[in-house]
Amino acid sequence: MSGSARYLLSRAGQAVLVLWAAFTAGYVLLQLLPGDAILIKFQNPELGLSPEQIAEIRSYYGTDGPGAYLHTLLGFLRGDFGYSIDTGTPVAERLAEGLPATAKLAGTAFALAVLIAVAVAFASCHTRLSRLRGALQAVPSLFVSVPAFWLGIVLIQVFSFRLRLVPVIGGSEVQQLLLPVLTLAVPISAPIAQILARSLDQVRAQPFVPVVAAKGASPGWILWRHVARNALPPTLTVAGLTFGELIAGSVVTETVFGRNGVGRLTEQAVNAQDTPVLLAVVVLAATVFVLVNLVVDLLYPVLDPRLRRAVA
Amino acid sequence: MSLLEVRDLTVSYTRRGRWGGVHARPAVHGVSFAVEPGEVVAVVGESGSGKTTTAQAVIGLLPPNGRLDGGQILLGGTDIAGWSQRRLQTVRGAQIGLVPQDPANSLNPVKPVGVQIGEALRLHRRGDRRTIAHRVVELLERVGLPDPEVRARQYPHELSGGMRQRVLIAIAVALEPRLIIADEPTSALDVTVQRRILDLIDDLRAESGTAVLLVTHDLGVAMDRSDRLVVMKDGRIEERGATRAVLGAPQAAYTARLLRDAPALRAPEFLSVGTARTTAGATAGTAAEEASREPAVVVRDLVKEYRAGGRPFRAVDGVSFEVPRGTTHALVGESGSGKTTTARMVMRLAEPTSGSVAIGGVETAGVRGARLRALRRDVQLVYQNPYGSLDPRQSVADIVEEPLRNFGLGDRAGRRERVRDLLDRVALPAAVLGRRPRELSGGQRQRVAIARALAPGPKVVVLDEAVSALDVSVQAQILDLLGELQRDLGLTYLFISHDLAVVRQVSHTVSVMSKGRIVETGTTRRLFENPGHAYTRALLAAVPGTAHQLAGQEVGR
Repeated sequence: MSGSARYLLSRAGQAVLVLWAAFTAGYVLLQLLPGDAILIKFQNPELGLSPEQIAEIRSYYGTDGPGAYLHTLLGFLRGDFGYSIDTGTPVAERLAEGLPATAKLAGTAFALAVLIAVAVAFASCHTRLSRLRGALQAVPSLFVSVPAFWLGIVLIQVFSFRLRLVPVIGGSEVQQLLLPVLTLAVPISAPIAQILARSLDQVRAQPFVPVVAAKGASPGWILWRHVARNALPPTLTVAGLTFGELIAGSVVTETVFGRNGVGRLTEQAVNAQDTPVLLAVVVLAATVFVLVNLVVDLLYPVLDPRLRRAVA
Repeated sequence: MSLLEVRDLTVSYTRRGRWGGVHARPAVHGVSFAVEPGEVVAVVGESGSGKTTTAQAVIGLLPPNGRLDGGQILLGGTDIAGWSQRRLQTVRGAQIGLVPQDPANSLNPVKPVGVQIGEALRLHRRGDRRTIAHRVVELLERVGLPDPEVRARQYPHELSGGMRQRVLIAIAVALEPRLIIADEPTSALDVTVQRRILDLIDDLRAESGTAVLLVTHDLGVAMDRSDRLVVMKDGRIEERGATRAVLGAPQAAYTARLLRDAPALRAPEFLSVGTARTTAGATAGTAAEEASREPAVVVRDLVKEYRAGGRPFRAVDGVSFEVPRGTTHALVGESGSGKTTTARMVMRLAEPTSGSVAIGGVETAGVRGARLRALRRDVQLVYQNPYGSLDPRQSVADIVEEPLRNFGLGDRAGRRERVRDLLDRVALPAAVLGRRPRELSGGQRQRVAIARALAPGPKVVVLDEAVSALDVSVQAQILDLLGELQRDLGLTYLFISHDLAVVRQVSHTVSVMSKGRIVETGTTRRLFENPGHAYTRALLAAVPGTAHQLAGQEVGR
């Protein structure tokens, strides 16, 4: 057991390291940007501020000087993300406002993506008609090539303006979620479906499958009880990696559909070069991504007993 | 009434053409044979003979592109050839059991073996959870696994190859079927394990009166274990009848050729060091003669240690041997004996922990740069698997030319000329020059691998299981080619093999390895006629077919 405790600890340590690296990279890159939020906000000649006064404001926000990095890092460790330069409110507050909506959108979209992926992969695996099979196998490539902003606009055009099934503004919560979730889920489902279908095919070609059939098992029994579980680990890896796309996709989706969330917040912060908000978003996204992939890594030995020895 | 009667079985494989047309390639034509209750019928043939396809058709498990074109499969008088898959599910497992070829990959890696045995009972609704668990332990005990309760909870990767094959046998016999189809059940196992597994199948058969349809490429196994024999070639039956009668006086020319090529059953003259296959000495002067007396390979106290979980593990433990010029030295042993690791150290593909290797009188330890490259020219390798050792994207001409390019030998025209010579040497037509490896047969691929090894003009060639993956007739041709090349070019071979019958045929001297050590070394004649070590004797006794040949009596029953 001490072996697996050590494994857990080392994986957690790596996760912390990755987070620190993401924070630092985000910090440095945001500093390197030409211009900053303070200039955007205060350089307007009508305000009549002298360069000295702007420098004073800058030091007030703590965005300057060699101690700033350490100051910000310590702040993040305490859960203090600083103040939005754009609105003057604490960054934590703005994040907290947007987070529930985004979590709802991303969570539902991910669930739907997995559902679509499993349906497509198993259908292409199950069908005997080779033409249908070919068509189903082409679906992931199609899905992955569809840009989220385009799909969102097309969905609004078709479902809201032409068919008038979903109102653009107002409507019930489900109606509001429907199109954004679809927009976000479709491109994400593609890589998951692709890897799952390929893994299923690979596992089905393994010699243990005819042995199970020789016991008298039906194709369904073989697929669900033997093949599916063996095909799971690679699919899980890809599903974990899609969380990156999920975060990126929610920026576009929330902007296209005018939903208030972390994605929308990010878009606004980029336009205003609101570095404290952007840094917090970067670290939040990295945290979600690292945590999800940490869970995936820890699930591996649970799913595949061959990895348990390496762990222990 | 026969237990199983196959009448006029015809099977083909279909392939969808580029333009949507379906092409059918026949694999089995009009095959008929019968299996009586309690007997063992062996189906023998080389790869592509249709023997496995026949077995798959009987149990209704042809690959997705396989198609039953005609014929009857009468199981206890009922024709099951036209049955739906759903109906066949009631027969599989319950009336026909299957022991597959490859124990390493024939169990689901993510389920405990006990669950996989119990599954056969569950599928046919034989008892509740508790009775099934009880029966699983019983079965594991019956197939000879110690600590059956513990084994039932273990996963396939925690068991050895032999243990996994026992688990697979337990699955096959779980419902006491009337017929067991054993498709090359021991081909992937070491000889001593092979013998115990075949004994187990024999015992189970004697106990329950189950009939066995044994599919094998190994005439020795068929000879030892079967009552009747079906010899197949190119999807047709060449000959069938009582095993002893067929092998004693084969009627078909093909059977006779198989018998002649089967290494265990051939009794050629032993090679001896005195008659080293070299003509170099005859023309050379005294200085060269002096040099030729020095062994081509000298290995002293070779040790290779690995660290596994903090504990050092000696894969090779104090191995020493010498190979005289122009002769073949065989390293024989079962898997894990350290023979391949030793060969890798001789080639300096692995660094020894301690000990020394000298090639042509030159110590190889610590050799670097230009001298290491010279060493690489002198020692070449032919690997076991001719499918994996050739780059599938290169043409044969590029593959054989590559070492010449790497060592900067000759100009473009000269190299092309040399490649043609080399292909001629290994008896390949110039027409293969532009082909890719996948367009060649297994034997042709191995010839390409040999031509590549010869390209830089080596003195020593390491042959790591170089003929193990080949059919017997192809194997015999490659062994003849290797002998010829040794005589003509004065080559020295280090021959790594698990197959004693092949070793007997090609080597002058032999070292028998077990657990990283050499347990016995000597001339091939001495070792085979008068083995000193118990392990050597056990290895020799386990070679299928040899008992018949040596003593003319029936064993293994």
